[in-house]
Amino acid sequence: MAQVRLSGIAKTFGKVTALDAMDLVIDDGELVCLLGPSGSGKSTLLRIIGGFETPSAGAIAIDGVDVTGLPPERRPTAMVFQSHALWSHMTVHGNIAFGLKLRRLPKSEIRDRVERVLDLVGLAGYGGRLPSQLSGGQQQRVALARSLVIEPKILLLDEPFASLDQHLRERLRDEVRDIQQRLGITAVFVTHGQDEALAISDRIVVLADGRMQQVGRPGEIYAEPKTAFVAGFIGAMNMLDGLLADGEIAASGLRLAAEGSGPARLAIRPEDIALSEPADGRAATVRRMIDFGAHVVIDSALADGTHLRIQTDKAIRVAPGERIGIRVDRWTVFTEDGEPRRYRSDTLRSFRDVRYA
Amino acid sequence: MTDLAVLSGAGKRVRRAAVDWTGIAFLAGLAVVILLPLIVTAVWAFAEVWRFPAIVPQRMGLGYWQDTLSRNDVWTALWLSLGITTTVTAISAAICFPAAYAFARLDFPGRNLLFLAFLSVQAFPKFGLIVATATIFLTLHLVGTFWGVVLIQLVGTLLYMIWIPVSAFQGVDRRLEEAARDVGATPMRVFWSITLPQALPTLFAAILITFVSTFYETDAAWLIGLPNVRTMPMVMISFINNALEVQYGAVLFVFLWVPSFLLMLAARRVMGADAFARGLGG
Repeated sequence: MAQVRLSGIAKTFGKVTALDAMDLVIDDGELVCLLGPSGSGKSTLLRIIGGFETPSAGAIAIDGVDVTGLPPERRPTAMVFQSHALWSHMTVHGNIAFGLKLRRLPKSEIRDRVERVLDLVGLAGYGGRLPSQLSGGQQQRVALARSLVIEPKILLLDEPFASLDQHLRERLRDEVRDIQQRLGITAVFVTHGQDEALAISDRIVVLADGRMQQVGRPGEIYAEPKTAFVAGFIGAMNMLDGLLADGEIAASGLRLAAEGSGPARLAIRPEDIALSEPADGRAATVRRMIDFGAHVVIDSALADGTHLRIQTDKAIRVAPGERIGIRVDRWTVFTEDGEPRRYRSDTLRSFRDVRYA
Repeated sequence: MTDLAVLSGAGKRVRRAAVDWTGIAFLAGLAVVILLPLIVTAVWAFAEVWRFPAIVPQRMGLGYWQDTLSRNDVWTALWLSLGITTTVTAISAAICFPAAYAFARLDFPGRNLLFLAFLSVQAFPKFGLIVATATIFLTLHLVGTFWGVVLIQLVGTLLYMIWIPVSAFQGVDRRLEEAARDVGATPMRVFWSITLPQALPTLFAAILITFVSTFYETDAAWLIGLPNVRTMPMVMISFINNALEVQYGAVLFVFLWVPSFLLMLAARRVMGADAFARGLGG
């Protein structure tokens, strides 16, 4: 069992609060993503778990053992750094074997374990090379192997693929997920890429300004954001400022059913908007059309000029300046205080007959 | 002619790079100011007869080399110089490298002030500082002694042996050290296995610069060392001042300069030019 329990973790740097009273339990074998924008405190939290930062308040327990005061070398954790942090004066074998040598294992066992882990990360036969002789992706695999070889209870990954190109990043993240599941290791993954978080995690912790905004499964976070920040941060979202009155919310000329009164924020996913015939409170003007191949995104303008992104069928074609009707299938209303309210259109119908290229 | 032929013909045209006249002028100026005096002195070392107005020596030979290298005082001064230089460099490294690590990595009260104090030695006229030190050394009976020269020359090494190593240690990425601690290394082990090897090329550069500059040092060796301690540069100066033939001085010049020049070249090759650049903040 390798469970991480964070209780009331806080961290301040001078007068700046980087983390504020954070409680979280990461279960055995779970991969949890810490997701948030720069400065949200996600890397600080990871460094606190790894022992590189001391929390100003709170405690960390791994498998029920309080490790709050332990230095990194005495924690059952291993971190993969964004910059790879490979030691350039050692070979790949030397980098991976370093942690094992510190544990005074027999040479034959060190050799076997290094070869096994190199095989695991797809770098068999690369032991004699220097880090400078490897590509960025290969270097990150070595960094992963160096962390895995010491068999940590908790694997910490600090934006490990941030410096890699898109294709390599996607391939490596799938490989990391595969290895993590095969080994059944508990992992904490820091990223500011929502796609990465949605693709790799069992659960996502969304952070902003040092506070946890929401914890949940990727689908849950995407479909049911608890705050306007999460709604805007995870996936594409149209966020419109509006006013609640008379059983509806009016935002930028758009009118949708909603309860309550006063100012509110209207959140609509681009894929929850369908095209229809223009009607009062249900119309927009096409600014441009972006063809992604698998789908089409229409960047349109509402009555007051506010942008509205619509994701629709790849066969649909519209021209800039064209007036289009919109039908919103799902929307969420966030008010200053109170839970978000989610609505769903009960007039769902096919729009395929509306307009095709 | 097809379109393809036109395209392939166009592809062969190569733009000629512009001549860097500024660079060439700069290089020529450097050659005149630095290389020419060195070459002339080196030629003098092998010139047995070279009288005005001849452009090249009338007779070349190794006569002056035999005369110079057969003298006992030359060899005594050489071994003494090597002994002093090695001692100074070793003591300087032992004092300055830990201090440089502390300046680079630790946060302690008065850090910036102390760092400034180490470097402030260079802010004063060196000769005045040596004279002031000599008066203190007189009372301590250190004038004219091996350790007196070692102590005064140590002061002159502070700039290179603090400044360059501070840059070297600051240049080691902290995440490399964190990665080592992460896999189980204690702070001491991190220093020996990661920080030191990473900083080593630049530390070697500091040692080399210190060794060479100490070997050629004359002011402190003259004021504190003489008459008992005669280093190699002191012997060279006395040869130049007292001998009618300039060849004796030229021979010692080549004798002193060539080994250190070769050492610097070898060091650049082994450590890489960037070790010097990193040490000076490059």
